[in-house]
Amino acid sequence: MRPVDEAELAGMVRDAAGPLRIVGGGTRAIGAVTGEVLETGGLAGITLYEPGALTLVAKAGTPLADVEAALANEGQRLAFEPSDMRALLGRKGTATIGGMVAANASGPRRVAVGACRDFLLGARFVDGQGSVIKNGGRVMKNVTGYDLARLMSGAHGTLGVLSEVSLKVLPMPEVSVTLRADGLDAGRAIEALSGALGSPYDVSGAAHIVGGALMLRLEGFEASVAYRAKELMAHLAGFGAFSLDPDADWAAIRDVREFGDLAGDVWRISVAPSAAADVLARIDATRAICDWGGGLIFALVEGGRDLRRDLGAMAGHATLMRADEATIARLGAFHPEAAGNAALTAGLRARFDPRGILNSGLMG
Amino acid sequence: MQMPRPSQAILDRKAQIVALLRAALPEGGVIWDEAELRAYECDALTAYRCPPLAVVLPRSTKEVSAIMRICHAEGIPVVPRGAGTSLAGGALPTADAVVIGVARMNGVIETNYPDRYIRVQTGRTNLSVTGAVEADGFFYAPDPSSQLACAIAGNIAMNSGGAHCLKYGVTTNNLMGVTMVLADGEVIEIGGPYLDAGGLDLLAVVCGSEGQLGIVTEATLRILHKPEGARPVLIGFDNNEVAGACVSDIIRSGILPVAIEFMDRPCIRATEAFAGAGYPDCEALLIIEVEGSSGEIDDQLARIIEIARAHNPVEVRESKSAEESARIWLGRKSAFGAMGQINDYMCLDGTIPVSALPQVLKRISELSDEYGLGVGNVFHAGDGNMHPLILFDANKPGDLEKCEAMGADILRLCVEVGGCLTGEHGVGIEKRDLMVAQFDPVDLEAQMAVKDVFDPKWLLNGAKVFPLAASASRRGEG
Repeated sequence: MRPVDEAELAGMVRDAAGPLRIVGGGTRAIGAVTGEVLETGGLAGITLYEPGALTLVAKAGTPLADVEAALANEGQRLAFEPSDMRALLGRKGTATIGGMVAANASGPRRVAVGACRDFLLGARFVDGQGSVIKNGGRVMKNVTGYDLARLMSGAHGTLGVLSEVSLKVLPMPEVSVTLRADGLDAGRAIEALSGALGSPYDVSGAAHIVGGALMLRLEGFEASVAYRAKELMAHLAGFGAFSLDPDADWAAIRDVREFGDLAGDVWRISVAPSAAADVLARIDATRAICDWGGGLIFALVEGGRDLRRDLGAMAGHATLMRADEATIARLGAFHPEAAGNAALTAGLRARFDPRGILNSGLMG
Repeated sequence: MQMPRPSQAILDRKAQIVALLRAALPEGGVIWDEAELRAYECDALTAYRCPPLAVVLPRSTKEVSAIMRICHAEGIPVVPRGAGTSLAGGALPTADAVVIGVARMNGVIETNYPDRYIRVQTGRTNLSVTGAVEADGFFYAPDPSSQLACAIAGNIAMNSGGAHCLKYGVTTNNLMGVTMVLADGEVIEIGGPYLDAGGLDLLAVVCGSEGQLGIVTEATLRILHKPEGARPVLIGFDNNEVAGACVSDIIRSGILPVAIEFMDRPCIRATEAFAGAGYPDCEALLIIEVEGSSGEIDDQLARIIEIARAHNPVEVRESKSAEESARIWLGRKSAFGAMGQINDYMCLDGTIPVSALPQVLKRISELSDEYGLGVGNVFHAGDGNMHPLILFDANKPGDLEKCEAMGADILRLCVEVGGCLTGEHGVGIEKRDLMVAQFDPVDLEAQMAVKDVFDPKWLLNGAKVFPLAASASRRGEG
């Protein structure tokens, strides 16, 4: 099913005879869902863009690339750096703005400016009974009623089908510079990342490829970036020499592109940065990339392993991004929740989707 | 302003209920004396008052849980209270309610600089969160103007903002985790010392839920290293519209100031008379603050001034020192006090798209003439968060009602131009009945469904946020 507008979308959900698999562009969905495909690509178009108010509103099926092109035209961007998961997950298709919000897809800059959900100003969505609901709006500050828009972000289509989203955008910087250091072990590298992020120099990317480079990004006006690069290198002098890396590829980090051609399961682990070195030791991954100053670990491990068991009682969560069907069925894509939280989640799902037809079973 | 009629059955059982509460807490944790209860009869929305049945002042999550279990078992309404600084009546009790105040829970549980967070009990005041980390160079970003007094519990309940959220975001963007006591006394943890809590984004609905989903007793907050410095420039204009256009041009230019504050002529004049900050007598003025090293600040201010020059400002005053900065901020920070010297005032906080600023200011001035009530505007222009201060005389019969009617007209206007009723103060009782101007019944139903899940009996702050008629059946009325 491919509705062309919100009313048709609502009708299709209302009249659905069985489970639905909600798909934007099908580029970043994880986990296993069965059901008739309901694709939102027909709901396309930017409905409002006010560069002077840093606000953009688009229908959920609008290609992410269209939004990014419109913003670039005005020297602006989605600051949370949404990822392109196609190479990692082996997908084709066109990423949509709704799919991005549903997955709360945020890249390296998340550590500095916030996640996709932090830039979400409002949303319209269709709940499991076919009612069209609006929440939030298009202004930067809004505490009028409960924040259902953010609740939809990261719900992976399990509470409703997004029909329109409203986002805060930011100016593109004049320049972007990457400082690089090599040869640090993971523990030292993450200490260096923490030192950088805990400095006043506005670091907008802090990543470490385990066994490889440590990368720190600075963005802004040229003179300011030059000043901060110099100060930051002095601040981190104890960690060895840093050099400017003109070829730094933050998109490759963002998209975990390195794992794309390698066999094995891919896990995404959210932890406190100071716990990251211990986590890396426990999971003994084939390859690992630390983003968000060590707070986000992408791990490539042999197929079928229950990484959550190896992690033990960790403050954080592990998402299974890529694995064969049997492994996903056995382990589940999403981290199991504590009983109290799981009860609230189940309660919300029962209210927003009483028939249990929207991406049923995806998030437990 | 209507509130639900208190339950006579609960009022009749006061002695028994107080005994149950006292048995659950150490000595001194329960207030039930009529005179002492008066201290809790209102918050900063002082026009409405009602002493509660009792007040409890627990010292731990466990004690909050014990009290909630009692109230849940007895079916007693609960009104959570932080520091009582709500401008929206968020902590206004009903006569049959137990107020749970977290003021005595004000400790720091953990500070962690490598991971950049602090964990506190939520009775701690906003400013003292920064106070706990500033010697080490860090700060907590959200800075509501009541930050000296307001508690983190209330900040989370109302998703508080402040002058600097243009750059740093509001509470929801700086909240990493909470410990929360649910209506039945169950204690849950959401999120923690890592980014993006797992599962559904429950933190998002808890933050800004105005104490209706649970009582947040502990919070993990993101802290940041302080910038090297900050300095403002003051720019005066002879026209509101031009000032608004200047704001938009600055935002488009790629500079991200930490604050862009706007004051109109009535507010400038009142402030001058009160604080003597030396502001120019003009139609509108902007205070724009940027951060960084001294060189970075000079560079950003130069760019801002260049943009402003194109709008023919009547005055440009660039701060070169901490003393000059303080002088520029003096008037802005005294604005509310200055307006209060003239008369009683009601402070609204509707938010609008920045592009609608001139149109909305013009219409507010027309409404001011129509109602015969003075209005001063002082607000966060960068994010469109208005703060019209409507002057009225609380001792003059009918004036409060007139002021409220005018306030409602202004808020409806904010919604009409694409904005919202409240940007940072919350709905409380103040804007409860206006929710229908912004939301259709189906939208409100979806929000109330969330409360049904967290608090099926609707015991927690049930008379707030939603129009009483909309929530009546859930609260067991009608």
